[in-house]
Amino acid sequence: MLDDFLVRAGLAGVGLALATGPLGCFVVWRRMAYFGDATAHAAILGVALALATGLPVGLGTLVVALAMAVTVATLAARGWAMDTTLGVLAHSALAFGLVAISFVPGARTDLSAYLFGDILAVSRADLGFIWGGAAAVLGLLAWRWQALLTSTVNEDLAHASGLHPDRERLILTLALALVVAVALKVVGALLIAAMLIIPAAAARGLSRSPETMAAIAALIGAGASLGGLQLSLGWDTPAGPSIIAAAAVIFTGSALFGTLRRPGR
Amino acid sequence: MPRLPGGRGMSLIAAEHLCVRFGGEEVLHDISLRVDPGEIVTIIGPNGSGKSTLLRALLGILPPAEGRVARAPGLRIGYVPQRLHIDRSMPMTALRFLSLPAHQPRNRALAALARCGVAEAAHRQMTDLSGGQLQRVLLARALLTDPALLILDEPTQGLDQPGEAAFYRLIEEVRRDTGAAVLMVSHDLHVVMSASDRVICLNGHICCEGTPRVVSNAPEYRALFGLGTQGALALYQHAHDHDHTHDHAHAHGPDLWHDRAKGHDHA
Repeated sequence: MLDDFLVRAGLAGVGLALATGPLGCFVVWRRMAYFGDATAHAAILGVALALATGLPVGLGTLVVALAMAVTVATLAARGWAMDTTLGVLAHSALAFGLVAISFVPGARTDLSAYLFGDILAVSRADLGFIWGGAAAVLGLLAWRWQALLTSTVNEDLAHASGLHPDRERLILTLALALVVAVALKVVGALLIAAMLIIPAAAARGLSRSPETMAAIAALIGAGASLGGLQLSLGWDTPAGPSIIAAAAVIFTGSALFGTLRRPGR
Repeated sequence: MPRLPGGRGMSLIAAEHLCVRFGGEEVLHDISLRVDPGEIVTIIGPNGSGKSTLLRALLGILPPAEGRVARAPGLRIGYVPQRLHIDRSMPMTALRFLSLPAHQPRNRALAALARCGVAEAAHRQMTDLSGGQLQRVLLARALLTDPALLILDEPTQGLDQPGEAAFYRLIEEVRRDTGAAVLMVSHDLHVVMSASDRVICLNGHICCEGTPRVVSNAPEYRALFGLGTQGALALYQHAHDHDHTHDHAHAHGPDLWHDRAKGHDHA
């Protein structure tokens, strides 16, 4: 069954969505959208590093994304103006990554695969990496779920309950770096943040509790992955952007549904 | 956190020569205070006087630069923060909120909401609650830990006067029923004078401390709060010196105070 590239692609998309759904909820709740962008863009720099040193691309991406996420989190804790800082970091990471990758022989031809994903070329080993990473992210989130939620609602409240909001923030940072490494092959560095935010945003209007929102976001992400692949097959469109486009269509439907259901708003 | 040494009274929590600094600037200087079981202690002070900082240091959120905070062994604290802003993007019913971070049995959570007069809020979204309902839900959550000490940071900010009065009545009831001590920050002179056992007047350091009557007659207190409100203070004193039936006269003091407080908030 895994011999079929379409089956592998579908499994890769669904695996990624299981992680990005719940994690994306935290990105939305904590208004970390730009944070996600900065971390994702750093992935290109990680690719250049991995290709230059002969390390596995997944590992290089993970290390650089983690370094970027920790940098951003540290600056945030020191009270830097985050909007500007993140804007500078996100775009600089992308620019330096693209410059660095141009020095690596032969990598230029693969560039669009790293920017927009190459889900149709997912191998069995890639699939193992994607599902392993997704399981790790889900495990982290499940383990710290109550503490993460409390810290997200109010850090002082969490602290007074004996929790350590700084530690929970670090857990999210780590999960984000993992997801970036996992998502690179599927949707590419430019669209990872979209895969985090759009399914979660689409799930908001359909949920009454954090748990249902996380579950619905994962379902929407999985649906968008499969839908995007269909689109890509039928119309010969690039797979990564097609997945995000499908998610955006679902988001629009959800927003319309929410508006119709609550005409007062 | 160090424990209160035995044989030194029955205090629940004590600060000893506490100093807190933000980036080299000393926000709190040499604060020593204690809260005993069952008493209501109110901290008053102008904006920027370090009231919230003091509560956060007592809770262990901020590390002291000098001095220390000592707690009775096994002390359970219920905390009501100044304001709770839940992002609209997060769906969360009041009932679900009560189970953060420790899961609460449904009956117990519903009973806590009913105790605080917001049974109807159980299945509503936190972001849809009114200011008064939200404060009561926060109090219900604080009570679920069976606290020996409730710490409230300006719990009635943003409530209208009837809402404020009702909230403080509820706190007194809770104290009566559970025996919990209460340490709160308040802007509201009326409440301070009528509902507190002890008042601590703060302005970076403790200016004066004592029963409401002692504090309101202290020159330090008058220097902080009396300027420009001599008339209101006189009226207030007048009402206070008689009894609590002069509701009309009572109402004027806090009114004026509120205008001042609001002016600060807009700045």
